[in-house]
Amino acid sequence: MAAAAALEAVAPLGALWGLVQDFVMGQQEGPADQVAADVKSGSYTVLQVVEALGSSLENPEPRTRARGIQLLSQVLLQCHSLLLEKEVVHLILFYENRLKDHHLVIPSVLQGLRALSLCVALPPGLAVSVLKAIFQEVHVQSLPQVDRHTVYSIITNFMRTREEELKGLGADFTFGFIQVMDGEKDPRNLLVAFRIVYDLISRDYSLGPFVEELFEVTSCYFPIDFTPPPNDPHGIQREDLILSLRAVLASTPRFAEFLLPLLIEKVDSEILSAKLDSLQTLNACCAVYGQKELKDFLPSLWASIRREVFQTASERVEAEGLAALNSLTACLSRSVLRADAEDLLDSFLSNILQDCRHHLCEPDMKLVWPSAKLLQAAAGASARACDHITSNVLPLLLEQFHKHSQSNQRRTILEMILGFLKLQQKWSYEDKDERPLSGFKDQLCSLMFMALADPNTQLQLVGIRTLTVLGAQPDLLSSGDLELAVGHLYRLSFLEEDSQSWVAALEASGSLATLYPVAFSSHLVPKLAEDLCSEESDLARGDGPTRCSQHPRCLQALSAVSTHPSIVKETLPLLLQHLCQMNRGSMTPGTSEVIAVCQSLQQVAEKCQRDPESCWYFHQTAVPCLLALAVQASTPEKEHSVLKKVLLEDEVLATMASVIATATTHLSPDLAAQSVAHVVPLFLDGNISFLPENSFSGRFQPFQDGSSGQRRLVALLMAFVCSLPRNVEIPQLNRLMRELLELSCCQSCPFSSTAAAKCFAGLLNKHPAGQELDEFLQLAVDKVEAGLSSGPCRSQAFTLLLWVTKALVLRYHPLSSCLTERLMGLLSDPELGPAAADGFSLLMSDCTDVLTRAGHAEVRIMFRQRFFTDNVPALVRGFHAAPQDVKPNYLKGLSHVLNRLPKPVLLPELPTLLSLLLEALSCPDSVVQLSTLSCLQPLLLEAPQVMSLHVDTLVTKFLTLSASPSMAVRIAALQCMHALTRLPTPVLLPYKPQVIRALAKPLDDKKRLVRKEAVSARGEWFLLGSPGS
Amino acid sequence: MVGSGGMGGGLLENANPLIYERSGDRPVTAGEEDEQVPDSIDAREIFDLIRSINDPEHPLTLEELNVVEQVRVQVSDPESTVAVAFTPTIPHCSMATLIGLSIKVKLLRSLPQRFKMDVHITPGTHASEHAVNKQLADKERVAAALENTHLLEVVNQCLSARS
Repeated sequence: MAAAAALEAVAPLGALWGLVQDFVMGQQEGPADQVAADVKSGSYTVLQVVEALGSSLENPEPRTRARGIQLLSQVLLQCHSLLLEKEVVHLILFYENRLKDHHLVIPSVLQGLRALSLCVALPPGLAVSVLKAIFQEVHVQSLPQVDRHTVYSIITNFMRTREEELKGLGADFTFGFIQVMDGEKDPRNLLVAFRIVYDLISRDYSLGPFVEELFEVTSCYFPIDFTPPPNDPHGIQREDLILSLRAVLASTPRFAEFLLPLLIEKVDSEILSAKLDSLQTLNACCAVYGQKELKDFLPSLWASIRREVFQTASERVEAEGLAALNSLTACLSRSVLRADAEDLLDSFLSNILQDCRHHLCEPDMKLVWPSAKLLQAAAGASARACDHITSNVLPLLLEQFHKHSQSNQRRTILEMILGFLKLQQKWSYEDKDERPLSGFKDQLCSLMFMALADPNTQLQLVGIRTLTVLGAQPDLLSSGDLELAVGHLYRLSFLEEDSQSWVAALEASGSLATLYPVAFSSHLVPKLAEDLCSEESDLARGDGPTRCSQHPRCLQALSAVSTHPSIVKETLPLLLQHLCQMNRGSMTPGTSEVIAVCQSLQQVAEKCQRDPESCWYFHQTAVPCLLALAVQASTPEKEHSVLKKVLLEDEVLATMASVIATATTHLSPDLAAQSVAHVVPLFLDGNISFLPENSFSGRFQPFQDGSSGQRRLVALLMAFVCSLPRNVEIPQLNRLMRELLELSCCQSCPFSSTAAAKCFAGLLNKHPAGQELDEFLQLAVDKVEAGLSSGPCRSQAFTLLLWVTKALVLRYHPLSSCLTERLMGLLSDPELGPAAADGFSLLMSDCTDVLTRAGHAEVRIMFRQRFFTDNVPALVRGFHAAPQDVKPNYLKGLSHVLNRLPKPVLLPELPTLLSLLLEALSCPDSVVQLSTLSCLQPLLLEAPQVMSLHVDTLVTKFLTLSASPSMAVRIAALQCMHALTRLPTPVLLPYKPQVIRALAKPLDDKKRLVRKEAVSARGEWFLLGSPGS
Repeated sequence: MVGSGGMGGGLLENANPLIYERSGDRPVTAGEEDEQVPDSIDAREIFDLIRSINDPEHPLTLEELNVVEQVRVQVSDPESTVAVAFTPTIPHCSMATLIGLSIKVKLLRSLPQRFKMDVHITPGTHASEHAVNKQLADKERVAAALENTHLLEVVNQCLSARS
């Protein structure tokens, strides 16, 4: 029995001996992994491996010893977690001892130690002993890069797990490491070494007397000058080294006395990158430094930064210089002082002021901007700095403003003042009297009003910005100031079209109105209201063309100030009243005027969306009023006023619809439900009770036998119900859907049937999946099929099909593929074919009124890509199978799909479509031609090899199309001719004379844009195969 | 036809020229986008053709060196004539003929054949103004110059789009 067991044990041991022999003597690499795997699986112990290695570890030949140790180290690297404490102790002793061995052996020894440094079972004290041994026995910098890296890894591993023990070594550890890394040159190793130094400092290892040495051994690399070799597999960038070195240098105030002189020296350097790096490092240092560290260097630092900002040609150096000054000042502001110490901040700022202030006063204003930027950088650092600088500079600038009389000089000065004012906004002062601006308020205001009143536009613009900034200061402007300011804004808002001031004035009114609603509602809104009224009477009298042009501006001003809920409560009734007045009055408002009012309402609605309360107020006020106006216009009356007809025009209804949609999308579901309970019955039952002034002569029955005017109002219903949040329940939905379906295929005007189809589709898109949805779909499909089969309503049925398909495609509904197929079938329909082809454009594009994400529709993000993958193969098949006369429809449909797809998605698919695209070049339809050319052009650039097979066709077709009657096609064809030059030159050369001759013709095209493309294409063709190209 | 001095290696004649700002792309007007309206060839269009020609010895365009300016372009579309005057950066510039040749070739390649073109040095800006103008006006000498591979190479480099 015992013998058998021994035999079993011997057999694998025999195998181990063999593997070891193969590795050590046979110089094969494979056995190492085999042995490691066997140790891991428990076949042998590490001890057995050592025994098996036995003689080779003691072999007199260093190469053999190295090989033996290498095997052991490789096994340990994979199996260090299995080691027992006792084994670790022995192994460490062995390896430490081997460090004294021949230099050929050292790399393998270090590998072994690295494996052991990862060992959890390492008993206390051994880490220190290993490091001591390495520091003592190994001259690290004479080792190859890989082995130096191993040493850094051992140190990193111990620092991670044995921090306390290592700290027990005291400053000896730091000194040992300094010697290890001294002279390191490899960027890979430097990254690790910098990390170790950073940890030494940040984890508070004892640096003892070696602070300066540690600084020297790292700062000698500053500034980093390293360009990675081309195709560098290690991927180390210059920036990596810069940042890790900066982390070291800026990690401790203890380096300050050595680092700051170095930085000052390097800022003075000629090399741009050195300047930048120095300024950025200084900036980083300020995060940890205090007054003590900076004290002695402040004058030199300031001198360097000032010089760079005053003299530099590089914007980056200027920006970094300003950033460094900002951090320096912030650092000085932050430090806590002893009671008796001098506050360096004051003297530093005084220095800056002294060097800069006289530039602000020079009459030629040469260095004003650099000086102002420096002062502002310092002032932006802290409230104290800001206070100090502002209180010194503002009086000076105010005085300068009055000294200079030219508008552009005043503008420069006011812009500087503005910069200082803006800085105030960074700090909040609790006590009103502390605010540094209060003392200057009157002077600032008078300056600002002078600027606002100046005829120079640029000065006006700065004045407006100053007003906005002063207004943003709490409690600064008095009510008198505000009244005056509002007066100026009012005047500026009505300046001529080409001045930028009126835009700025409207913008400023908007932002100030949120802060001072009372001032605007008492001083601006009444004036605007008056203007609006007087224009109504002007309009009625039909005179005053100059005032007439003010009308749109007045509407814009009203919507611009509607930024505060209380102002909306005044402006909205004004606008609505104005709309009603237009209706009642005897004047004849044009379409554009009604649209202008609606657009103004639209802007107010957009501003109200942010605030739920305003949003509801707007909705509650505007929607019934607009509906009432429209309903009134559509109900039969004896005399039809002009406005009534105007209100029912397509364009006007569309603008009104978009106001209603905007006023609805942001409603909370509860309020939306309240509203829907009124609106739907209005359309279904003619229940007009919620409309203001609801005494109409006739009945409102858009879905029954109402007039065609009434049916047009379904567009407004659509805007409302299709913008509701998805979870709002719509009363009488079933009936509504059936009515919409009926109307959509009704042979009235296309406007109302399309609106009904869109409304139906919009509701369908949001309806939750289930039986009801399926029923609606079935109804729709039946309606479509019935309509398509018979004569009079085919185009309406087609429109319905299109919109229903769109609604389903957007939400990935399974039925969408059936409907798309149906649509594709219509491509060969002699009557509807072209419309079906254009329908693909609608399917792929984003709508603005219904089925939008803003209107809560279900729109999947990848629907275009999905539509492309699902349907393009079928379109291609359909194209090949179709008779010649309808082939263009397929190509056009395909073109629309390809056009709307993002080019990167499209590009990989194009080669499979290539033959089709080549055929499409001969299609007479210019939409197809254009889309095909725009697909081929990127393909020529990306896949010239594939395309060169078709060079003959391409050259001929492109040249033919470059004479197309459509300018866009000519341009695209010439761009393709240009792109053709990317094909391999030998392929093109046979065509060169012919092409150059042919391209002479478009050089004389009547359109400049075509000539431009012809010139660049022909120029490139001339260069083909010619010397010097 | 071009002196060998100054070409190829060697020192630049004007190592530190004044650099002028490039004008932006011509804004596209509504008229230009209208299919029906014909746009006649005007001075700006000619200037756009030649302003991006590279200088033979600087990595700069003729526009940046102010060698060509829009005010020195005269064009009449109905009469099919173009006259371009260019200003060498220094009065002894040996590149003058080469620059003129590049402008001429660019116009030959880019304008309809009906145009008669005249490329000459701005009066009073070059020492051998008359000689250079004469060479540029001589059709046969221009054609012969373009048969010269070395010259053609330099001209093509001037006309290549900047990468």
